[in-house]
Amino acid sequence: MLTQRLLTSDKGGMLVLGLIALTCIVVPILNLAVPESSPFHVSTFAVTLLGKFLCYALLALALDLIWGYAGILSLGHGAFFALGGYAMGMYLMRQIGDRGKYGDPLLPDFMVFLNWQDLPWYWHGFDMFWFAALMIILVPGILAWVFGWLAFRSRVTGVYFAIITQALTYALMLAFFRNEMGFGGNNGLTDFKDILDFSITADSTRIGLFLASGIALMLAYLACRYIVTSRAGKVIVSIRDAESRTRFSGYQVESYKLWLFVFSAVLAGIAGALYVPQVGIINPGEFSPLNSIELVVWVATGGRGTLYGAIVGAFSVNYGKTVFTTFYPEAWLFPLGLLFVLVTLVLPKGLVGLIGRFKKNKSATNKEEQP
Amino acid sequence: MALLKKSVCLWIALAACLIALPCAYAQPQEPDEFATLVDELATGSLSKRGKTVDAIAATGHERAQAVLHALLQGSLQTTRSTPKQVVIETTNDVYVLAANGESVAAKALGRTKRIPIHNKLRSQIKTLMAQMNLSAVDAGVRQRAVEQMISDGVDSDSIELLQTLQSKESNTDVRDAMTAAIALAQLESSSAETRLTAVKILRGSLYPEVRGPLEAIAKHDSERSIRVEAQRSLDSIDGKLKMFRLGENIFFGLSLGSVLLLSAIGLAITFGVMGVINMAHGELMMIGAYTTWVIQQAFPNHIEYSLFMAIPAAFVVSGLVGIAIERGVIQFLYGRPLETLLATFGISLILQQAARSIFSPLNRAVSLPEWMSGSLQINPAFSITFNRLYILLFGLMVFFALLAVLKKTSLGLKVRAVSQNRPMARAVGVRASWVDAMTFGLGSGVAGIAGVALSQLTNVGPNLGQAYIIDSFMVVVFGGVGNLWGTLVSAMSLGVINKFMEPFAGAVLAKVLILVLLILFIQKKPKGLFPQKGRAAAD
Amino acid sequence: MNPFKHARNWSTKALPVKDPNFGHPLDTSHGPILYVEDVSVSFDGFKALNNLNLYIDEGELRCIIGPNGAGKTTMMDVITGKTKPDSGSIYFGQQINLRELSEHQIARGGIGRKFQKPTVFEALSVYENLELATAGNKKFWFTLTRELTGEQRDRLDEVLYTIGLTQSRFNSAGNLSHGQKQWLEIGMLLMQSPRVLLVDEPVAGMTGEETERTAELLTSLAGKHSVIVVEHDMAFVRSIARKVTVLHQGSVLAEGSMDQVQSDPKVIEVYLGE
Repeated sequence: MLTQRLLTSDKGGMLVLGLIALTCIVVPILNLAVPESSPFHVSTFAVTLLGKFLCYALLALALDLIWGYAGILSLGHGAFFALGGYAMGMYLMRQIGDRGKYGDPLLPDFMVFLNWQDLPWYWHGFDMFWFAALMIILVPGILAWVFGWLAFRSRVTGVYFAIITQALTYALMLAFFRNEMGFGGNNGLTDFKDILDFSITADSTRIGLFLASGIALMLAYLACRYIVTSRAGKVIVSIRDAESRTRFSGYQVESYKLWLFVFSAVLAGIAGALYVPQVGIINPGEFSPLNSIELVVWVATGGRGTLYGAIVGAFSVNYGKTVFTTFYPEAWLFPLGLLFVLVTLVLPKGLVGLIGRFKKNKSATNKEEQP
Repeated sequence: MALLKKSVCLWIALAACLIALPCAYAQPQEPDEFATLVDELATGSLSKRGKTVDAIAATGHERAQAVLHALLQGSLQTTRSTPKQVVIETTNDVYVLAANGESVAAKALGRTKRIPIHNKLRSQIKTLMAQMNLSAVDAGVRQRAVEQMISDGVDSDSIELLQTLQSKESNTDVRDAMTAAIALAQLESSSAETRLTAVKILRGSLYPEVRGPLEAIAKHDSERSIRVEAQRSLDSIDGKLKMFRLGENIFFGLSLGSVLLLSAIGLAITFGVMGVINMAHGELMMIGAYTTWVIQQAFPNHIEYSLFMAIPAAFVVSGLVGIAIERGVIQFLYGRPLETLLATFGISLILQQAARSIFSPLNRAVSLPEWMSGSLQINPAFSITFNRLYILLFGLMVFFALLAVLKKTSLGLKVRAVSQNRPMARAVGVRASWVDAMTFGLGSGVAGIAGVALSQLTNVGPNLGQAYIIDSFMVVVFGGVGNLWGTLVSAMSLGVINKFMEPFAGAVLAKVLILVLLILFIQKKPKGLFPQKGRAAAD
Repeated sequence: MNPFKHARNWSTKALPVKDPNFGHPLDTSHGPILYVEDVSVSFDGFKALNNLNLYIDEGELRCIIGPNGAGKTTMMDVITGKTKPDSGSIYFGQQINLRELSEHQIARGGIGRKFQKPTVFEALSVYENLELATAGNKKFWFTLTRELTGEQRDRLDEVLYTIGLTQSRFNSAGNLSHGQKQWLEIGMLLMQSPRVLLVDEPVAGMTGEETERTAELLTSLAGKHSVIVVEHDMAFVRSIARKVTVLHQGSVLAEGSMDQVQSDPKVIEVYLGE
């Protein structure tokens, strides 16, 4: 009954899920089993790129959940992504052990470089994967909880919320740039060696990470679907459309917003944690407000308010970006900026909405023809 | 204004003194006598040089100062060929004749050699130069000479000189400086009474050189009463210093505040009055700053006036870009603030990239006109740089001008009408779309003006605007949306708070803390410091 | 002058109530269910409510009239917790202090409100609208994991019938006519099982037939619920009113039957006579 609820009347979602599942099966085979000489071989580079896109899609899904369904535009979701990434990065740093340039068994290279004697207290425990995994969920979650509690309680909404979330990620970026914070300052965390004792550069590990990202995305999709089809999901949509009506119907609007925001932040954190081992670095640039706003355009392009739209958007914009930057590496901001303007002006429902409109027109003409 | 003028004179005099231009305090005497004396520096023995130096100073020749200065610096040189020529090396391998300042080709001179002096001679020259400056016509030069003596240390010989000059001195500032200099020298007197008076005189003196000797006396003087007095003087100095440091902090805070005000005020109009979130606001400032740069490139010989051309030009350019943005994009998005935010963000990206493509990604340095550079020295512990001072005044001017436009002009009336009730305003015949475009143009133009001001403080680059956009929004939100006075108060207080936090938190952390505090502040007062009240505001 | 002033038992201290819906039963033993006493609210110096005193009995149908700016909407805001009064007290029953509660707590506790402009959740179907309004546990984790009970669904069908929307139960609420939206909103109030219904201009923009049906609906609700109707339409007020309160400049100008009120010279002067 649950599967019925999650998947019926979600044709687009089923299609997207199916495609992801298919990729998760086909790509590893084409990478590992097909010889490199074959035209069907998928290079490890491509696998990593796809893995990155899957993480972006997960991040976009997280944002769509709160923006598309609850109408809360966060311009700081990149911060949760980066925090998850840093938590994973800290684990990977600790895994390096004494293989760093300075060979210190305990301290990461940058701390040795800064002449630190002891590991800061917040770096303890990150040598254990389970602890890091817990932190990947807790750190973004708790930050979102505190921040959301403060913001929603005082009814900060709309553009105000958007701007203070942007300020949040901006402040975090400034803070993480400082060497004294103990997160590697400008350079961030990098030179990772292995994850769970697998070499991070090995093809099989790459495939593993790719699969993990794909599975995480599918599970997250189903979880989001569960939320939006539940009664709580309807309350959330009601909050978006008529907040005070919902309040006067006896719902504590703040708590709905807060839990949704926390869940979304946790998803973003997981996306960041999966992203970091694939790209091999995390630095304060991930906190840049531009990243968060780029994320917004993925969702807007795909079509907000439909969960699969976010995934479609993340893939299409990032694919476009990859293609574009190979030819004009410097000028990416032009099409990105243009995309913002075009989507808001002509495509308020994104690509998904465009397809929907096209279909509607078609069925309308079909109906006319029948009688 | 009088103070300002005086300080300008002071500054010019100071500059003159630094590059050792001739002092015009006496008529030139026989040129030949001077030239002979200069030659004697090269030919005469080291032991005789002291007398020659005295003689040179006594001539009161216009180049005496320059020659002595060169001798002190070791740039007075003599040729190896005969007849020996005495020259001054002004910069590397550029020579002028010592006696008359005519330039000579380095090649014609052959190898040169420095005219040596020893320590005794060095202090003699210093004293002589000080004396010459101390009796200069320009009070600024005299003041500077006394200050130089204070920082070099006043020896007992100079005390008498200073005392004689002080009795004749007409300028009170110079007289006070002399008093301080004498007292400083008298601290080392063997007479307890003299020391005591000196200690008392130095109460509250702000010369940094005063502290050390006073501290020594406070600790080690044989007389207990002097020690106590010295401590009191120290306390009073500390108190004053603290006050001036506070003053300086406040000034720097206000200066930062004025930058925030300039950047936020245009936003306060578009956001506060029209309810439009313009994320491209920072880029409109960037356009204003680039306009300044372009104007300076176009008229490289009129840097002094460039700002007066840049201000209207930037207003027009940014204003037109703003109107284009409003007509092209924003007018379709009224009532959808989040969409407006996203679309204008897209525009900001395009503008940034355009600046990068047109002007290169590198920062461009905009030159400071001379009247903007330098600083107003209020006392040895407190000075105000002119560019910050003018920008502060300019920010306030723009603020009040804008206030007047909104309160007094018909455009202002229409703007307020449309912002309060769009359909009603339209019903009484206000062309709402025209008003929207004009208001947005006004806000954008003000951003352009802010860009001109910013170009005088930082380098101009494609990222200029980005750095200010979040701060500006914070200012507007903190002050209360739709309230220009709130914007003023909030910009100034944020600036001052920032500067006060910097010393113990560091610039970056101060910024982070301010952001956090603001987020907490919004908790207490979601509608800002000066909220608009009433039922309309609550919906 | 005011028969109910001091009628409430002051010796019972206001209990700190967390969630009135699950607390002790509402104490209406002294008659009134809602006590609004000496309430003042001002916006920027403008006194929207000025020492307002109002008592609503259990099961009564009360109409509130008054010229624009008399404070009718502000009064509703104050009762439902949207606006916090500057002074005065508001009690629900004898023991529940509404000033201490937030909007959703007041709503859960049994005070429902219908807005002037019909506000329904347009993106959802009629059924879902009513589903959301249904009384019960409204906490996030509960609504995330539980469906409606059978009993609740029966009640929902009943209300659908009452408001005449059984046919369009699966239609999107955004596609309903203006009058249907008004009824749907009243239906949503009913799903909340409130003790007090605050209804702001229920017949604005309705056709004559719709108005008649609405009048019927509201009178049938009285008795089981206390109903407070704010309305401009005098004919409508006359058709349903038993007791009318006239507000003027934030306080009660007159109270009584429609005839009494209409013949009151003060009322004629400020409101009807012009």
